Amino acid sequence: MRAITIIRQLGQVVLAIAIAPVFAGWIAQCRAWLQNRSAPPLRQTYYMLRKLFSKDAALAQTASPLFRVTPYVLFGTMVLAAAIIPSLATDLPFARAADAIALIGLFATARVFLSLAAMDIGTAFGSMGARREMMVGFLAEPALLMVLFNAFLLFGSTALPALVDNHRAHPSIIDPSVIFAAVAFVMVLLAENARIPIDNPATHLELTMIHEAMLLEHSARHLALVEWASSLKLFNYACIGFALFVPWGIATHGADGVAAMLISIAALLVKLIVAGAALALIETFSAKLRIFRAPEYLAMAFLLAVLGLLVHLLLGVR
Amino acid sequence: MHAQSFALPAVNLLAACLLLISFAMLSRRRTQRLITLFAWQGAILFLSTCIVAYSSGLHELYYSAALTLLLKVIALPMILNRLIVRLGAEWDSETVVNIPLIMLVGLVLVIFAFGLAQPISMMATTITRNTLGIALAVILLSFLMMITRRKAVTQVIGFLAMENGLFFAATSATYGMPMVIELGIALDVLVGVFILGLFFFQIREQFESLDLRNMENLKED
Repeated sequence: MRAITIIRQLGQVVLAIAIAPVFAGWIAQCRAWLQNRSAPPLRQTYYMLRKLFSKDAALAQTASPLFRVTPYVLFGTMVLAAAIIPSLATDLPFARAADAIALIGLFATARVFLSLAAMDIGTAFGSMGARREMMVGFLAEPALLMVLFNAFLLFGSTALPALVDNHRAHPSIIDPSVIFAAVAFVMVLLAENARIPIDNPATHLELTMIHEAMLLEHSARHLALVEWASSLKLFNYACIGFALFVPWGIATHGADGVAAMLISIAALLVKLIVAGAALALIETFSAKLRIFRAPEYLAMAFLLAVLGLLVHLLLGVR
Repeated sequence: MHAQSFALPAVNLLAACLLLISFAMLSRRRTQRLITLFAWQGAILFLSTCIVAYSSGLHELYYSAALTLLLKVIALPMILNRLIVRLGAEWDSETVVNIPLIMLVGLVLVIFAFGLAQPISMMATTITRNTLGIALAVILLSFLMMITRRKAVTQVIGFLAMENGLFFAATSATYGMPMVIELGIALDVLVGVFILGLFFFQIREQFESLDLRNMENLKED
């Protein structure tokens, strides 16, 4: 019994690591189609990673050990987060280690390391990107916490697996506050993953970069790990969204045999395909905001999440 | 009993959407978007009135729902759109204070409205009485929008949104007002928009802009 849960855990982590670049590739593909360009194949991100891994890393002379360690820290935190988030099953040995609030702390750790590494080299663009990233991060975090508090109130737990279990046990709970929380969550997801209203992932213009500016000094295997970690981060955020708002198909505690796991994998793939297409659609329809508009955008997300709490308190009394 | 069990969550959901749209209106800068949002508000009002009419069995409410659909979803947005195109006033980038601050003030207003509505809704006997707080919040947010905008067109949209909030309060607290009053209000709103439309042209003729700051000076110098 214990062995099975560990195998399940391992399977989930391996699947997350394998699928995350494909998910990022799928969003890029959808965007290309929507913009009437011919799309790169789904394997493109893998080719990119292989190319980067086979190159020799070049380091700046001023690079400290922190800079060398950062890619591994980033990748490690994202893999750990993928182990905690119930993307396939809820009976996970790792999930007991941290609740959703600690999970946000984990993301914050990764952000701090990435920013420090960007400032470590001492180039102008790196530290500019790091400062912008910290600004977006500190505005997005309270909004994300408020979204999670909404879910905590509804389903009575701060651990994501327990949330999913409770949701599956009472599928009839439809609360108006969920709309507010979901809209706020999508806004935070776009901001945190350097997506279009805040940052453009495909930009080549250094002055407008946030996330890309921090990666300018990384090369070869370091760059590959950082890129992989950022696609894992996007995947993790998507999975948090699925766990909070559309947990259908996830194998729950006690009902997680082989058949349930297969259904769960199929459900995850379908949800990822739909979510990727939706994200690409949102990104195509919106324009990148000026950096000084970012606080306004994130204040809106925070406000929506707080409104969700208020509406729940007023209307959701059952 | 069965009709009520589905009606309550549905009306609650629509009420939440109404509040969401009110906040979206506060944050938008383009006047055209505001009008679209106003039309959506009307559509949600139409749906919620239909649901209340169905669950309470009051056939009068269907008429007021139809009136809402005709007036607030179709007629008024069309008139307003024509107006702003002819006035060349599609943009309204000027707010008196910056938007995040308006949002926070709006949040405080919502808390205030919810607190205020709590004892009142205890006295109401309808199934949808909990949404009274949201209706009150929508009214206050529309007030806020009228206060914080400088252009005449956006202030009128704020006024119309406030009327939407009042209408929602009426259906949620007492299953709507008597038909005569409702017809009177509808006519008033329609005529009001026509008259204000005339005013817009007058204002623009006088000051060559729709900015109401120009009207603060009483005498010419």
